Amino acid sequence: MEGLTLSEAEQRYYCDLFSYCDTESTKKVAPNGRVLELFRAAQLPSEVVLQIMELCGATRLGYFGRSQFYIALKLVAVAQSGLPLRVESLNTVKDLPLPRFVGPKNEQELRHTALYSSDADNSTPYSGVIPPPPGRVQVKKGSVSHDAVQQRTSTDQQESTSPVVSPQQSPPTSPHTWRKHNRHPSGGNNERPLAGPGPFWAPFSEAQPGSSTTGDSIWSGHSPPPHQENWVSFADTPPTSTLLAMHPASVQDQTTVRTVASATTANEIRRQSSSYDDPWKITDEQRQYYVNQFKTIQPDLNGFIPGSAAKEFFTKSKLPILELSHIWELSDFDKDGALTLDEFCAAFHLVVARKNGYDLPEKLPESLMPKLIDLEDTTEVGDQSGEVGYSSSPAEAPPSKSPSMPSLNQTWPELNQSSEQWETFSERSSSSQTLTQFDSNIAPADPDTAIVHPVPIRMTPSKIHMQEMELKRTGSDLANPTSPLLVKPPDLSEENNMSSSKFVAGNTVADGYSSSDSYTSDPEQIGSTVTRQRSHSGTSPENTAPPPPPPRPHPSHSRSSSLDMNRSFTVTPGQQQAGVVAYPPAVPPRPPPSQGAGPHVHRPVDAESLITHTSTSPQQIPEQPNFADFSQFEAFAASGVNEEEEEEIETHSEVLLVEKPSDSAGSLRVAKTDGRVEDKAAASVPVNTGKGTTPLAPPPKPIRRRLKSEDELRPEVEEHTQKTGVIAAVLASQPSIPRSVGKDKKAIQASIRRNKETNTVLARLNSELQQQLKDVLEERISLEVQLEQLRPFSHL
Amino acid sequence: TVHTSLDVVDEKISAMGKALVDQRELYLGLLYPTEDYKVYGYVTNSKVKFVMVVDSSNTALRDNEIRSMFRKLHNSYTDVMCNPFYNPGDCIHSRAFDNMVTSMMMQVC
Repeated sequence: MEGLTLSEAEQRYYCDLFSYCDTESTKKVAPNGRVLELFRAAQLPSEVVLQIMELCGATRLGYFGRSQFYIALKLVAVAQSGLPLRVESLNTVKDLPLPRFVGPKNEQELRHTALYSSDADNSTPYSGVIPPPPGRVQVKKGSVSHDAVQQRTSTDQQESTSPVVSPQQSPPTSPHTWRKHNRHPSGGNNERPLAGPGPFWAPFSEAQPGSSTTGDSIWSGHSPPPHQENWVSFADTPPTSTLLAMHPASVQDQTTVRTVASATTANEIRRQSSSYDDPWKITDEQRQYYVNQFKTIQPDLNGFIPGSAAKEFFTKSKLPILELSHIWELSDFDKDGALTLDEFCAAFHLVVARKNGYDLPEKLPESLMPKLIDLEDTTEVGDQSGEVGYSSSPAEAPPSKSPSMPSLNQTWPELNQSSEQWETFSERSSSSQTLTQFDSNIAPADPDTAIVHPVPIRMTPSKIHMQEMELKRTGSDLANPTSPLLVKPPDLSEENNMSSSKFVAGNTVADGYSSSDSYTSDPEQIGSTVTRQRSHSGTSPENTAPPPPPPRPHPSHSRSSSLDMNRSFTVTPGQQQAGVVAYPPAVPPRPPPSQGAGPHVHRPVDAESLITHTSTSPQQIPEQPNFADFSQFEAFAASGVNEEEEEEIETHSEVLLVEKPSDSAGSLRVAKTDGRVEDKAAASVPVNTGKGTTPLAPPPKPIRRRLKSEDELRPEVEEHTQKTGVIAAVLASQPSIPRSVGKDKKAIQASIRRNKETNTVLARLNSELQQQLKDVLEERISLEVQLEQLRPFSHL
Repeated sequence: TVHTSLDVVDEKISAMGKALVDQRELYLGLLYPTEDYKVYGYVTNSKVKFVMVVDSSNTALRDNEIRSMFRKLHNSYTDVMCNPFYNPGDCIHSRAFDNMVTSMMMQVC
């Protein structure tokens, strides 16, 4: 390779180009990608390009080093000026104009204008902006750079700037085809006179130099897109006017050398933070058109276009699927698979741009970015550099984009946030399994975390619910005027105070639970009050910390206190509310009442006392339905005993006496007692003849006492012992059995007995049902707990 | 190599009957004595499988890193899938997706 001598301008220019192409900063530029685009933009025949590449040695090396690149650029310039490509031409040709590249690179132009403005002689006016297809056609006129200048001055007329000119015929043709395609979707709106774009861009390109002071090596493809916008937009004048306005200001800087790549420069499009017109901005007319198109698919402007419909629509534009896919990626901002009005306009705009030859950007231009009002704050956005964007909420009408742009500009923060936020956003929208991993993934504290992290409310509702249920229960209990509870309300009120004080002390769920646990030994009412207040506290720490599994302590709590709680339940068998954690029927404090009854029994009592006993037994039955088993048995036994004693004592005694010697003590007696019990009703009346209640009283009393004592043990044993007891009692009291019981008394007693029987049966049934209810409630609570435990994990 | 790992993935999937989705399926077992590389598998809800082959020359990546990589992969994949123009089964041309993948790989290397 010969040494390459470059003029200063060339040096600078080439350096810029190299850095432009060297996207990865590896100091090597692969032949693919930008270099190719660049060379294509030079509008040289492909063979020339190949030749250039060969000459510069890139083909040998496989990549473009800096020197190779410079050589190539120089050769491009040589070729563009029509000189034959030779190695020696590199250095021999002096005053070679800088290579010209066609394409939408405004920034480059700007930069170059600043840099090369002084090089008016040499390079200068390479207004490389290649106008969109129509422009190209016209561009052909220009021949060389200098002409370009003149052309530029006359940009208002269609011509255009493009010095690029000359030989390149082939490239423009493709844009033509694009244009045609573009016409299809736009439905004939493409009337756009070719002239339209011409004047547009020229001023546009001028405008850019004016604002190019950024000096970044950013190339923006802004000029072409707006021109293309004009393609589709209905009216020309407004944009042109604005553009023209800027034109004079920038005419001075005619020396802009714009290197614009044609086909794939979209990749190189960068956004400028300047305030000049955004090339990707959608004009009002265009927007109106897009909106109309949107309406044809989706009448509701606030609604979405489903992905399939959008796919069909955009497929009509005959763009390759790959490009449509890319457009979709860019425009579907929220990644929801549907296009809002904004997204649709952005997509349409990109389609238009693409069809006009402008490459798709890597990222959505800010001007096309839908305003993310509904998303979290403004931190959602910001993926793009601060360009002027338009805030177009789906419901907004098209106009007034410009004023809103600057505001949007400010609202959109830096890039780095956006990427993460988008990540989180996409994560959010992604499968629920990622939910659990959010903590590690979301490093920045973006607002999405608030959404992402499930608020730990889950547990409390159930707890509150349970508490409410408990409250109801307690309320019902309190409402019950039964005697056992009468004593308790005052205690309850006291305990309310206690619990409230306790509660205030520890106003967290955990505390509430602990306090509730501490109440285990307390009567049920306390627990209920605690739960009542627990509900209050439960709501408060909801958001602070995930509450401990609320229901669990309850069951244990309830169970542990079941003994005590049951006391209150005894009076309200039918009023027991659901949810109140199952209070399984605990062993009732039977002994006392039974014991109390015991001595009673012992006393020789006549029928009245016996009746009182019987009456007490039914009383006990409702009091302690939970103790139904025992009570039932007891009552049953009692009633049975009563009956036996009352009615059949004679038979008992007789039978016992008769059979006793013949029978073994246990089984036969049991059988007989059973038979006796069964027969009691039948034989009650007749048997009672001649038997007074008084003689019955003694036998029942001791029997009952035994029965009651045995009730505590087991019902079955009870029965057996009952019977043995009965037998013994009968035997013992046989002599004292009064046989002078009146029939009326017996009748009454029989009726009483029957009532008692029914009472006991019903009481038993009641208790059983209550038991079942409690079991079901327990299951329900456990299921609720499980559900809520699972809910956070299944949430999104 | 990759095919055998696919077989293993299938085997694992069929193994776990109830837990249909196992996000983290770090299959470190496929570590041949000669070819020192590790194959990680990852299955999504829709039975899409991601297989990652890592050279063991790189000080073995931590489990968390692998998981995070898979998660990002999953997210990017869902984004790609959102595109109606993308037919499942096609080669993924999404630039964003590719960028993500390459950036991820660069991180590790």
